[in-house]
Amino acid sequence: MSATDVDGARAAGTGAPARSTTTLPRASGEKRGMSLTNRRNLKLGLLFISPWIIGVAIFIVYPVTYSIGLSFTRYSGMAAPTWVGLQNYITAFSDPLVAKATGNTLFYAIIAVPLGLLVALTLAIAMNQNVREVAWYRTIFYAPSLIPAFAMSFIFIVFLNPQFGVFNQVIGLFGGANVNLLGDPTGVKIAIILMAQFGAGNAALIFLAGLRNVPKTVYEAARVDGAGPIRQFFSITFPLLTPVLLFNLITGVSGALQVFTEAFVITNGSGDPDGGALFYMMYLYKNAFGFAELGYASALAVLLFLTGLALALLIFWLSRRFVNYDVDAA
Amino acid sequence: MTTTHPTTTGPTTPPTDSLAAERRRQKAEDADQHNRRADGTLRPWYSTLIARIVMIALSALFLLPMYWMIASSLKSNEELAKFPPTLLPQSWEFGNYVKALTAMPFLQFFSNSAIITISVVILSVVANFIVAYGFSCIEWPGRDKVFYVVIATLFLPFPVTLIPMFDMWARLGLVNTLFPLILPSMFGSAFYVFLLRQFLLQIPKDMLNAARVDGASEWKILWKLVFPTARPALTTVAIFAAVGAWNDFMGPLIYLQDQKVQTLSIGLQTFRSVNAQDVSFNQLMAASFLVILPLLVLFFIFQRYFIRGITIGGFK
Repeated sequence: MSATDVDGARAAGTGAPARSTTTLPRASGEKRGMSLTNRRNLKLGLLFISPWIIGVAIFIVYPVTYSIGLSFTRYSGMAAPTWVGLQNYITAFSDPLVAKATGNTLFYAIIAVPLGLLVALTLAIAMNQNVREVAWYRTIFYAPSLIPAFAMSFIFIVFLNPQFGVFNQVIGLFGGANVNLLGDPTGVKIAIILMAQFGAGNAALIFLAGLRNVPKTVYEAARVDGAGPIRQFFSITFPLLTPVLLFNLITGVSGALQVFTEAFVITNGSGDPDGGALFYMMYLYKNAFGFAELGYASALAVLLFLTGLALALLIFWLSRRFVNYDVDAA
Repeated sequence: MTTTHPTTTGPTTPPTDSLAAERRRQKAEDADQHNRRADGTLRPWYSTLIARIVMIALSALFLLPMYWMIASSLKSNEELAKFPPTLLPQSWEFGNYVKALTAMPFLQFFSNSAIITISVVILSVVANFIVAYGFSCIEWPGRDKVFYVVIATLFLPFPVTLIPMFDMWARLGLVNTLFPLILPSMFGSAFYVFLLRQFLLQIPKDMLNAARVDGASEWKILWKLVFPTARPALTTVAIFAAVGAWNDFMGPLIYLQDQKVQTLSIGLQTFRSVNAQDVSFNQLMAASFLVILPLLVLFFIFQRYFIRGITIGGFK
């Protein structure tokens, strides 16, 4: 009884499809001749998870359905929605600002996601070093993740100020001219990408968990066989980290598609200079709460949802080639 | 999950035993950190030198934003505009903090943030604990398949729910109240359920069954038996919920337009955008630092829970 339980736990934790198929016949067999204890446990289990069931109904099933419905209407929030068919979607595909916002968001995602994974992995490796003061490093690397995005944005506004910012002083040291990063459509995106790297602590902790799951004996065996630290990283650490890499990649992509707060604070909600910081979520927010175009904003939300879903499925599909679930095998 | 499995421990095992292995591992790691190899021989002193140099450089980089915030908050306006910038304030202007507190309804914002955060923490801990118990300590047919749905919702992009939720709260007349930011945490959240379930699965089944044989109700087992064991994991959930609620920006931005109900995050942003022309950044930095301060205190008190919270359950 206990052994099958662990199987279930692992299958759920890793999302390994192979395991779930092995438990399938057992579960359906139970259903046919459900014992008294099983029926009692089913009731109790459902009772305990009932807050979550209600939550899913109110905060996921209802709003997702309602969003899809609203996306086919014109709705200001006051009068009743009027049906407009596919009009919102047709508008979205020809709206130059949607194109601009999508371009900005893709620019952000393509740089920020890989860079974020690299920074988080570097921090995790640093947090995992065998030095006496490692607790200090963990604290220091994680602490900036506690700074809320709006406060971090304030810091960067001061930091990058063309007149008195430190950034320009450093550039000046190397003989460069003053730049106003936040006044340039590409520069502002770069600034937001760099800013986001200070929040890599959470992803780093997840990588750290993965690093600590690698049994020490594997490294010892590799050392005996004469593998150096670099060889050990690419032959042992990295392959065994792929499950957490997958998790961080998906949450990273999902977060990148929703980038909002930093851009909103830095540009005071405008998305300027020249729409350079107008990210998809900013434009969605503007339509919903600035222009009261709730129907159009819903269509934008549905498109974002579908894009996110498609990317997540694509990553899962690709992950079958590179993700290794054999951490425990050793 | 490399810790000892429940089946290897006897029915008389005390509840904390599943954590004993974790503690043993920690001890071995501590020995490792004192510069010894697995066989106990000392490593040469230079083996960690390069690593240390890299880490100190990284530390300097990661301390920079916080340092700059504090330094700027203590400078005068004139000094802030100086080029090149000074590393340390020439005259320590603690008055900036007083000005920041009085230039905006800081205490009002603070108490709104505190009300939301405390409510969210209490509700999150209780709700997620109950739900996670149902997903780990009771064995019911189909449980693990339903849990896949929990995992799936983890990846749901929230913007798709944004407009209907606003519409719903507006119909209920609760926009410009704190409820839209508090009540959702009554129903648990996928990430916390996942985190707690990983932990609760390590509790020996035999122990729970023994209590059931003795006639204890699930509710009683939950609070009397599992709760004391799960305290570290619940602390982790409490901390993450606190940071999330305290730092939330988009929720307050959408639901709290009235200054009386605004939180620190949105209050500070409004303060800055209203005074966009002549905003003094030293006051803004001072106010921002005051926002972060409670989190820093929390972080230093509960530091090990931040780090171990994610690593403890064997996150995969």
